[in-house]
Amino acid sequence: MDSTSETTETTDTTFREDQARDEQVPVLARTGRWRNPGLWLTLLTIFLIGLWPVITDSAATREVIFTMLLSVVLASSLNIILGYTGYVSFGHVVFFGLGGYVGLYLMIVHNASLWLAMIAGGLAAALLAFLLGKAILRLRGGYFALATIGVNEAMRAFINNFEPFGGPIGLSLNFQTYSDYGGATSALWLTFYLLVALTLITIFMSYVVKTSKFGLGLMAIREDEDAAEIMGVTTPNAKTWAYVLSAILPGIVGVLFFFKNGNIEPPDAFRLHFSIEFIVMVMLGGQGTVLGPVLGAIGYQRLRGFLLTNALFKNIQLSVAGALLLVIILFIPAGAVGWLRQRFTRLRRFLP
Amino acid sequence: MDILSFLVDGLLIGFVYGIAAMGLTLIWGVMNVINLAHGPIIALGMFGVYLLFENLGLNPYLNLVLVAAAGLVLGMLIYVIAIHRVIDAPHLSTLLATFAVNMIIIGLGTAAFSTSPRNVDFSLGTITLGPVNILGTRLVAALAALLVTGALYLFLYRTTPGKYIRAVANNRMAAELMGIPSARVLALSFGLGTMLAAIAGGLVATFFPFTILSGGTYELKSFVIGVLGGLGNPLGALVGGLLLGTLEGVIPFFMETTWVPVIEFVLFVVILLVRPTGLFGGE
Repeated sequence: MDSTSETTETTDTTFREDQARDEQVPVLARTGRWRNPGLWLTLLTIFLIGLWPVITDSAATREVIFTMLLSVVLASSLNIILGYTGYVSFGHVVFFGLGGYVGLYLMIVHNASLWLAMIAGGLAAALLAFLLGKAILRLRGGYFALATIGVNEAMRAFINNFEPFGGPIGLSLNFQTYSDYGGATSALWLTFYLLVALTLITIFMSYVVKTSKFGLGLMAIREDEDAAEIMGVTTPNAKTWAYVLSAILPGIVGVLFFFKNGNIEPPDAFRLHFSIEFIVMVMLGGQGTVLGPVLGAIGYQRLRGFLLTNALFKNIQLSVAGALLLVIILFIPAGAVGWLRQRFTRLRRFLP
Repeated sequence: MDILSFLVDGLLIGFVYGIAAMGLTLIWGVMNVINLAHGPIIALGMFGVYLLFENLGLNPYLNLVLVAAAGLVLGMLIYVIAIHRVIDAPHLSTLLATFAVNMIIIGLGTAAFSTSPRNVDFSLGTITLGPVNILGTRLVAALAALLVTGALYLFLYRTTPGKYIRAVANNRMAAELMGIPSARVLALSFGLGTMLAAIAGGLVATFFPFTILSGGTYELKSFVIGVLGGLGNPLGALVGGLLLGTLEGVIPFFMETTWVPVIEFVLFVVILLVRPTGLFGGE
């Protein structure tokens, strides 16, 4: 560990080299996999954040935290393909939208329960990721990013014409549906509890993937795909499963979000801008780290909330956010957690 | 209208799409950057022509020259501020850097112009050629697009800076070793790319209403066209633009207009998978 701290002092190492060295730590600390205080502290914090609106019994706080946790799930999921594997999925919102559509369709047309709808939404997203993975993960770099944009736009345009899903009008839940869950108010609380649970699951999964042999293979792909292949990583399979893992939870929370929302329309479900916001969150916090996307998502949403309510920035909030993003890309490309890990090597053990 | 009119309409718009895509593909070809600020710059081109026309009453085609010059300068500025530092970083950095520029322009643009639609109240009448009626503005736009393409090729193949650009696109390291100032060449290439985007926007403004967000549609179309024609191939972009324009003109004749984007984007993904060098790409 001391030898790494020496080398990180040198300024001419590139970010990639730093990261590569960085990833050796969890492997060395393999025996302490379940005793990482960083992981448990994060899970505890998320749990307490989730408890906050329950204690204060405030619907307004619940809404704020709902958005925050939703972002945590989406950013952490995206991080598996983006941060660990190094493939820039620009149209990741397609899984969120498709999950939402499949779930709501089942609930409205086939009277399925929310549970069944959530499972179906997750499976639909996973299936799409599997099929897409087989096809477009062959593309590298910018070509893959472009293809994911294309997939999202094609899906949006297709659903716009797909009558069973309501075409451009979309699908709306009958208000009666909520009475099965104890009325609208308790349905809203139910979605919130479920989201807290899903957030904990996402973070846990993200940690398990990162510290597993599978995760090590993904990071090898990120550093040098050809070398990884030669070293025995079955890259097409590994990439596909990473893509599937990163799609399941967005699919499930898609159902949750649109169930809470009451209706779903193509422009809401497949908003490209939304996808890019997840990427920004991952970058803010630190791509390739477990904590990064969590911090990034919470930080981004807090900042957005601040800018939107601040009289000075209200009209130009997008520009301020853009300028901030630019500064981070240019000067702190490793993100907040990545920067801390590079700067204070001793912290690495506690910042998975 | 009969199919011939649809076809001609689509073809003429295709020239303008081609110019927009040419800007995107030029930047990709020279420096391997996907410019996500392309759309907002197209929108700025629209507003440039509109504002000069409304406030100073200048002829839109004269405005286009001014907008082009402004686009060149703006592009070089964007390169120096946002891209130069991350030009050698992994793809994600340049994608996000250009997206940050996108957010800045859209944010400021929305604050300044709101999102209510504008249009340039200008007409050149219609020209009747046999059974086909052509809007004058569209014909001029197509001719302007051809002129711009010709000028770009003359520049790239007949001038020293143009040769520098091609050299850097071919192999930046080797070009640097030959004493070519690669940073300046990259800035110039980015400027040319945004100039083409601004011109395309200005031309669109003469016949379609628009808002500050309208550029996004043309940006996505530029991606599709760029891939059709082969990313990095400017002439391929023009041909791809014509192809897309024709498709858009003809498809509504056979099925609902709303299916057009489905076909476009499916085609886009399929071509990326099957022939990433584009339909006409050799290398």
